[in-house]
Amino acid sequence: MKLIILDNYSQASEWAAKYIRNRIVHFGPGPGRFFTLGLPTGLPRDHPESYHSFMWNNFFKHIDILPENVHILDGNAPDLQAECDAFEEKIKAAGGIELFVGGIGPDGHIAFNEPGSSLVSRTRVKTLAMDTILANARFFDGDLSKVPTMALTVGVGTVMDAREVMILITGAHKAFALYKAIEDGVNHMWTVSAFQQHPNTVFVCDEDATLELKVKTVKYFKGLMLVHNKLVEPLYSMKEMGAERSQSKKPYSD
Amino acid sequence: MPSNKSVSDAPIVQFTNCRILRGHQLQREDLWVREGKILNPEKLFFDEKGSADVQVDCKDSIITPGFIDVQINGGFGVDFSLATDDFKSGIDLVSQKILSHGVTSFCPTLVTSPPSVYHQVLPQISVRNGGAHGAGILGAHLEGPFISKEKKGAHPEHCLRTFEAGAFQDLLATYGSLDCVRIVTLAPEMRRSSEVIRELTKRGICVSLGHSVANLSQAEEAVQHGATFITHLFNAMLPFHHRDPGIVGLLTSDKIPAGRRVFYGMISDGIHTNPAALRIAHRAHPKGLVLVTDAIAGMGLAPGRHTLGQQVVEIDGLNTYIAGTKTLSGSVATMDTCVRHFQEATGCSVETALEAASLHPAQLLGIERKKGTLNYDSDADFLILNDNLYVQATYIAGKEVWRQDASGM
Repeated sequence: MKLIILDNYSQASEWAAKYIRNRIVHFGPGPGRFFTLGLPTGLPRDHPESYHSFMWNNFFKHIDILPENVHILDGNAPDLQAECDAFEEKIKAAGGIELFVGGIGPDGHIAFNEPGSSLVSRTRVKTLAMDTILANARFFDGDLSKVPTMALTVGVGTVMDAREVMILITGAHKAFALYKAIEDGVNHMWTVSAFQQHPNTVFVCDEDATLELKVKTVKYFKGLMLVHNKLVEPLYSMKEMGAERSQSKKPYSD
Repeated sequence: MPSNKSVSDAPIVQFTNCRILRGHQLQREDLWVREGKILNPEKLFFDEKGSADVQVDCKDSIITPGFIDVQINGGFGVDFSLATDDFKSGIDLVSQKILSHGVTSFCPTLVTSPPSVYHQVLPQISVRNGGAHGAGILGAHLEGPFISKEKKGAHPEHCLRTFEAGAFQDLLATYGSLDCVRIVTLAPEMRRSSEVIRELTKRGICVSLGHSVANLSQAEEAVQHGATFITHLFNAMLPFHHRDPGIVGLLTSDKIPAGRRVFYGMISDGIHTNPAALRIAHRAHPKGLVLVTDAIAGMGLAPGRHTLGQQVVEIDGLNTYIAGTKTLSGSVATMDTCVRHFQEATGCSVETALEAASLHPAQLLGIERKKGTLNYDSDADFLILNDNLYVQATYIAGKEVWRQDASGM
């Protein structure tokens, strides 16, 4: 894995954004050649803070993606399992996920794969853990009875199939989960640990998230920042890449 | 970009690179329009899987809802209180010309006139949508003749009337028809005004208090019976007095029925109201302030003599007086000038100044679901302004109906 340690939340976000941008530009997407970006799912559609509104306001309205190329799991579908199976098919049809970007919960979960989820699970209906329900209560005026207890989620196995995985972890409350994810063993109680067995993982975090890691680990990866920063500098654009297509180098990997 | 719209095939226009007035703030958002209405792009994206057919780069301009003028007596040589043969073309001319001032809807106003004028003119005014032909007409504003002699201002005394004999029937007989009437200004201290106010309110007509010597309790009683507007605050009413604030006291009255708001028109041309008085009113009751022009026939014309109903007025710069006197009579300011002057004089935010000319008049007339905002599903009547609040382009129902050309016309 690559562990990228930045000073704070803004810098971590910016580094991750630049990395994703360079990845997309190097990939050279176009009609018929999709850069398939995977993102974790969220709350049910009807909620005012709904995932759809969140994604629209924070992502889709700023870019020129065609609506038919956006696939979001529908929590209101009549047959939930069929919806999940269809979602897996759509991923296959798009050529698989090129890059999956996600965060982890304080209990080490990736997407809604709560502790105890199978590390080879696929997209399915999942019952949420109390921790997650508490964390989501803020979207429902703190009323626990209103928070959904089930969610559709991509599975650990689904994410493992992505060609590259990027996990963003910021804040001291995630520090223990990060420690369990990368310094302890692969364990279905900390589902993010599954990515130790993925060939291409990037963890982007801030100083606070490293609070539970060994000093040795942190020093090692900080030492590699000089090399890792070459992934975000120079920052490429689609227009430039047209000219440089022949000379593009494969980005550095472990 | 090809789009797949399941709801409608009409072209979708996306205005980008702009700041729009929404939610009382200037937000950096795109404005989406389809079939003459403001479109919700999120619903378009997720439900219809549609996208824009045309994108317009607004070069970082401000987009605001179109201005609504609820008190305008004429302009460009046209006087709405004069029953001429070509009255219809007169109204058409004004409605077309005010597009360049940013007005997308208005209430043609008639000052105190003899019944014959009302009987001839009112049937020629019809409520209609705006478009390339001109701003939309929301209905007439009848200012008088049921007003106070002491505060007649520029209104002709011989045409003043009372309704103490037959109350509402007198009013109806005077005007002839109330079909296209939207606002009536009257003096609430007149006998039987309560009945009249109740009857007008029942018919959906906005009752405004003005040209009156009412004290505060008479004004409050009028509001309780249904009055919701004050015609050009401060002008043609008793001045504010600390033991009887008069009509001005409505701005901070505690006798306004719950859930209702009293609005008040202000002519912010720098002449009708001293900037300090404008600030006092604004600070006392900012949400009720409605900018009006009270423009007369001479607006848009050169200085000199013009008519205003039965009177002759003289224009000198921005001042208009009854010929030979110092009595103010209407103004020649344009709506966009009023917005700019209001913003400068009060130091308020751009959003506040723009809302005083768009949202507040729409709320006064109860049409804020369709006009006066850039909310989804409302009519796409809007303006493109530069940072100094000068109108660059006017749109009605999503179509450009006026544009500032390079020569500054």
